[in-house]
Amino acid sequence: MTVNFLMQNLINALQWGSFYALIALGYSMVYSILMLFNFAHGDIFMVGAYIGLGVSLGLLSLFGSGAAAVLPGWVVLVLTILISMFLTAFVGIIVERVGYRPLREAPRASAAITGLMIGIILETANILFLGGSRLKFPQLIESVTYNIGGVYVTNKKIMIVLVSIGLMLALHQLITRTKWGMAMRAMAYDYVVVPLVGVPMNTIAAMTFAIGSALAAAAGILFGLAYPVLDPYMGVSFGWKAFVAAILGGRGSIMGACIAGFMLGFIEIMTVPAIQIMNRLFSLNIGSNFRDLIAYSIVLLILIFRPHGLFGQAYSAKLRL
Amino acid sequence: MPLLHVTDMSHNFGGLQAVSGYNLSLDPGQITGLIGPNGAGKTTIFNLITGIYRPTQGSVEFDGEELVGKKPNETASMGLARTFQEMKLWRHMTVLEHIKMARYSKLSYGLWGAFLDTPKRRLEERQTTDLAMEYLKMFAVDQFADQLVVNLPYGAQRRVEMARAMVIEPKVLLLDEPTVGMTPDEMMAMIEVVRKAHERFNLAIFLIEHRLRVVHELCQHVQALVFGQVLVEGTPTEVQNHPKVIEAYIGQQEVEF
Repeated sequence: MTVNFLMQNLINALQWGSFYALIALGYSMVYSILMLFNFAHGDIFMVGAYIGLGVSLGLLSLFGSGAAAVLPGWVVLVLTILISMFLTAFVGIIVERVGYRPLREAPRASAAITGLMIGIILETANILFLGGSRLKFPQLIESVTYNIGGVYVTNKKIMIVLVSIGLMLALHQLITRTKWGMAMRAMAYDYVVVPLVGVPMNTIAAMTFAIGSALAAAAGILFGLAYPVLDPYMGVSFGWKAFVAAILGGRGSIMGACIAGFMLGFIEIMTVPAIQIMNRLFSLNIGSNFRDLIAYSIVLLILIFRPHGLFGQAYSAKLRL
Repeated sequence: MPLLHVTDMSHNFGGLQAVSGYNLSLDPGQITGLIGPNGAGKTTIFNLITGIYRPTQGSVEFDGEELVGKKPNETASMGLARTFQEMKLWRHMTVLEHIKMARYSKLSYGLWGAFLDTPKRRLEERQTTDLAMEYLKMFAVDQFADQLVVNLPYGAQRRVEMARAMVIEPKVLLLDEPTVGMTPDEMMAMIEVVRKAHERFNLAIFLIEHRLRVVHELCQHVQALVFGQVLVEGTPTEVQNHPKVIEAYIGQQEVEF
């Protein structure tokens, strides 16, 4: 049983980790250029999921669903992801423009609570406009389960992991191959001089928020496919855990955020079988509800030994070159 | 008509008068020096001219256009380049990337270009790289093109910074203590590099410098700034020997109570 059992959990961990990784990227990107964490980001994930819900329902009513469908489900899904990413990017741009840009020179603590307040505003707005009840995310594609040598994989899990990795690769292209990406990297090292070589800093900042938010929206829709119930507070604990991934990866590190996201998913998911094995070996009786307690103790331990995270650089923001 | 014309510029931080009644007139191809003790407000003047700070009063005209109220990226695009005393390089980017970054506003290919590697992108990338290499050669750092800037010797880092400033094709270059912390050899190399850039582009240069040797070698005109005000200006020799300047640097010989 053990190999199959481990493989099964590994696949679940990959899926779970891709949500964390996609959200963690938004935290890291914003931190790397502006030296602040956007604490509204978890709620932008929530907004993205709801926008995805609206867009998919709109598309379904437009093109029909079930037997009367004009477009196949996966086309609707791709359109939903693209349109929602685009729309949620604007939410990010508005958050930057209204919440962060006026406070760019303010103390960091003020900017940090701005994020918290924007988060509360988004949650409350959701409750006001949509009534606060849980909503069901439409299943755009039919679930198919494959049995590969005793390991059960659904087409959705494969799709979720592939789409996430695809988006990460696209982000990598954007950062390494475009002038905007180059400007983002430059701002991460020293932002004072960036405008002085003719780069409009506000454009780059807005773009960074837009990309982070678009990735969070993608995570929200993929999450909705896997766990089809949305509620206004879904971004809170999920957002904090993704934030942990961003720190674990190393503040501001893009690659770190991806790897730490998957790693966090892996630690969380693998803790349960580990508990079961320990229970059997030592005839203990630890419940699986100890999962987060144990998983995050492990994360804490890692941070004690690597306080700058996995890929963080041990230099302060003030001390450059 | 001067290329850069500052009239009656003042600035205060809170209650502190950092710069008061400052005037400057810089002609094309002219090199003017700005000397003064630490804290005199020299770098503040650079920040005011380039739009990092907005002057409390006064005007800054560049090529006949008012600069006050313009953002740093706008003043840069108009042809005003600068370097920093503490050398603001992007530590984990390559030397070549530093120069390419400064061509930001000249690159026009977008997302599609980047993802699909269109002929337009390839052409622009090649042109930018060629141009960047030309500048790196001019500043004798071309052998480091693909290295991370953090791994370069100090003098070479300084020259990379200068190449980055020059590649935006400025009309005026503001140099903030370009030879600070340099060995005498590195200093001589820097003087040579500045002179070469000056001659080749008929560049106007405004230079903050502590080392009088550098000022003598490069400047036709020098201002001495003390407590945010120009005390004396003239040729390097005049300024250096002026009793007020000596007093500002080494203090009064007799202290009266």
